[in-house]
Amino acid sequence: MNEQQQTLWQFMSGQSDKLLGQTLQHVGLTFISLILAIAIGLPLGILIARKRKLSGTVLGIAGVLQTVPSIALLGFMIPVLGIGAKPAIVALLIYALLPIIRNTYTGIIGIDQHVKEAARAMGMSKGQILLKVELPLAMPVILAGIRTATVINVGVATLASFIAAGGLGEFIFGGISLNNTNMILAGAIPAALLAIILDALLSLIQKMDFKKLRKALYIFPIVILVLGGFYALPTAYGSTLTAGFTPEFMGRQDGDLGLKSTYGLKIHTIVISDAVMYKAAFAKELDVISGYSTDGRLKAFDLKILKDDKNIFPPYYAAPIVRDKALKQFPELEKSLNLLSGKITDSIMTDLNYRTDYLHQQPERVAKDFLISNGLYKAPKNGHNGTVRIGSKIFGEQYILAEMYSMLIKGNTDYDVATKTGLGGTKICFDALMNDQIDFYPEYTGTGLLVLLQPDPKIAKEMAHDKEKTYDYVSAEFEKKFKIKWLKPIGFNNSYALMMRQKQSKELDVNSITDLKNYLDKN
Amino acid sequence: MIELKGISKKFGDTQAVNHVSFKVAEKETLVLLGTSGCGKTTTLKMINRLIEPDEGQIFINGENITDQDPDVLRKGIGYVMQNIGLFPHYTIAENIALVPKLLKWDKEKINSRTQELIQKLHLPENTLAMYPHELSGGQQQRVGLARALVTDPSVLLMDEPFGALDNVTRTSIQKEFKALEELKRKTIVMVTHDVQEAFELADRICLMDRGEVVQIGTPKELLYQPVNDFAKKFLAGQRLALEFKVVNIQDIWTYLPKEIIQASESESADLSVWDAMELLRNNNQSELFVSGADQAIKSINFEQLTKGFNQYQNAQLHE
Repeated sequence: MNEQQQTLWQFMSGQSDKLLGQTLQHVGLTFISLILAIAIGLPLGILIARKRKLSGTVLGIAGVLQTVPSIALLGFMIPVLGIGAKPAIVALLIYALLPIIRNTYTGIIGIDQHVKEAARAMGMSKGQILLKVELPLAMPVILAGIRTATVINVGVATLASFIAAGGLGEFIFGGISLNNTNMILAGAIPAALLAIILDALLSLIQKMDFKKLRKALYIFPIVILVLGGFYALPTAYGSTLTAGFTPEFMGRQDGDLGLKSTYGLKIHTIVISDAVMYKAAFAKELDVISGYSTDGRLKAFDLKILKDDKNIFPPYYAAPIVRDKALKQFPELEKSLNLLSGKITDSIMTDLNYRTDYLHQQPERVAKDFLISNGLYKAPKNGHNGTVRIGSKIFGEQYILAEMYSMLIKGNTDYDVATKTGLGGTKICFDALMNDQIDFYPEYTGTGLLVLLQPDPKIAKEMAHDKEKTYDYVSAEFEKKFKIKWLKPIGFNNSYALMMRQKQSKELDVNSITDLKNYLDKN
Repeated sequence: MIELKGISKKFGDTQAVNHVSFKVAEKETLVLLGTSGCGKTTTLKMINRLIEPDEGQIFINGENITDQDPDVLRKGIGYVMQNIGLFPHYTIAENIALVPKLLKWDKEKINSRTQELIQKLHLPENTLAMYPHELSGGQQQRVGLARALVTDPSVLLMDEPFGALDNVTRTSIQKEFKALEELKRKTIVMVTHDVQEAFELADRICLMDRGEVVQIGTPKELLYQPVNDFAKKFLAGQRLALEFKVVNIQDIWTYLPKEIIQASESESADLSVWDAMELLRNNNQSELFVSGADQAIKSINFEQLTKGFNQYQNAQLHE
């Protein structure tokens, strides 16, 4: 526990620049959207307090918007507003709206009727009554609404990192994808503290009596504006191209860190979720992204992979891994699985992925078409000589591979097949294999090395950039440790890759990462 | 001067006010008296356009009020209400200064006028910096009155101004109110359901029932010449006490002992019989010196007073 805390502290102090930047961005995002929400919500609240008939409609709409899940809302924003700060601020604004409108409305209609009547009878105009009587008297209730909105915004702003708007979500979600607890905490603790501190400050203002409140009300908008201004500060990084990297890529040695240390790449970088990254590159919001080399979207969005000429991305060659016992039980299995070996190159896999991900063809059909065109397809023998259980992870490529293996086994052997596709992640798939729930599944050499074996970093580094060495090492170690055999690689390498739009790559004559670095240094 | 001409107001299907007309003379106090729901408050609120009438016209100092901007009109009319309606977020000083600030008076003028009023209304100096909730009900009502009087408007509207106060506080504030020089210069329309209060403060009373005027007249006229059964019954329970208050020494002068005496100090014959009795009882005096309209001074005791009052009453009834 003690060690844990220390390393967390070390992590935070090591990343203090980033941490400060993200915290400021987070505060900025929260408050810019809060200002806008107040600017819209307050007048709306006043309006529906005047015209009560409208109150049901307005509160209803704001309520419905509030219930839209935040990720979905961010998703809806992208086609309209693109990525970055704009959609994030709009999404946050929408969440902050309901409490502000509702409390303004409740606050105003809750004012003692006699006070309002007295104000009218004294000859105050409607505007004077609003500014001098209604708003001041409703202020504690309105502030309560602003307080709720602030806390909601601090929470939702963590999701802003999904669409490249920054904030503490970069650490939180980066940490989750890297399984790095310190990184998660480095984002989560400041975010929680922010929420607690802001809540406490606002509750202080809310509890003030009228005398102090009046002074506070002059200071309050200034503070909000200053805090909102934080967001405008950091982004000054003068490069001509913009990169969008996933939170996981940002934190990996075989990712952004390696790009900096090995290539010396200096590029203006924003953090973004891989769900929107490709589309953003296509829409020219980003110029360089960190994708996966066999992703179907590579083809869908006409992107080009930059050559990793200094080999910082370790190879992720796919191959089926099989329990030794299963190989003994099904003697013909190895032979039929190896039929696929060397048949699928990167570009073929990309194309197959494209067909399932973008043309929405069934993995079964894609698999069959491929086998037929390569002369590998045979009609099922409908044998009953035992059942082979195939596993797969929960993404398109693995479904296709599982289908192909299923057809190969059925066509070439007398075994029956059961597929257990869509097993959550590497860990779940591997545990299923180890515990005799499945007989084999397609795995990647890089994953086998870095995630499952986790060898001494020195060995890993030595190994990581060499396709053959990695394969030999994981083969030997898996046999020794787990009694699991790596069959022959299928051929493609699904590794990290930097990508650009084909057209831009041609225009700038950038074909490799070194080209990119040279281009950036010159411009 | 205020004049209502055939004022009517409907709320939904209810005829709240039905063809009400009356005149209030300069510096007169007219009390609108009636049970709750009789339309008296609605009538009052139409005078400063808090409620707009459906029919009829209202003139203040000869001007039709619908020709004026309502906010401007209201700034020129003092308004005191039962629930006081002080601004809870304003200090007492700020509450009083409300209308002067709207009229953009300078600070100096506002301060001196505020000081003048809190002295007249017996509010302690230190209350000025306090907030309404820190004051007693009686003090709050004084502040409400100060707020209405601060610009010295010629017209004052009062809606059950003492209704929220306990009996003891109410009686003492009513007295002060009556004695306040500033109020004697004003044309006042006041609403109450309290007969005693109406008789205490009114020059004339407008008795209302179901949105209509039943009778308008001086307290004495209402007592001795009721126009119908309603008017008679309305006062019935408190008749004797009201008569003691309405009849003064001058009225019964001829029924008092004849002898004229010499005395250095004496009470005015404007004193009501009620007040004379109170003086006799409270001061433990057996005799009271009163000087009549003819400058003669008479000495009266309790017995002579009641006897004179009875004779006066008999004479009124047989008139």
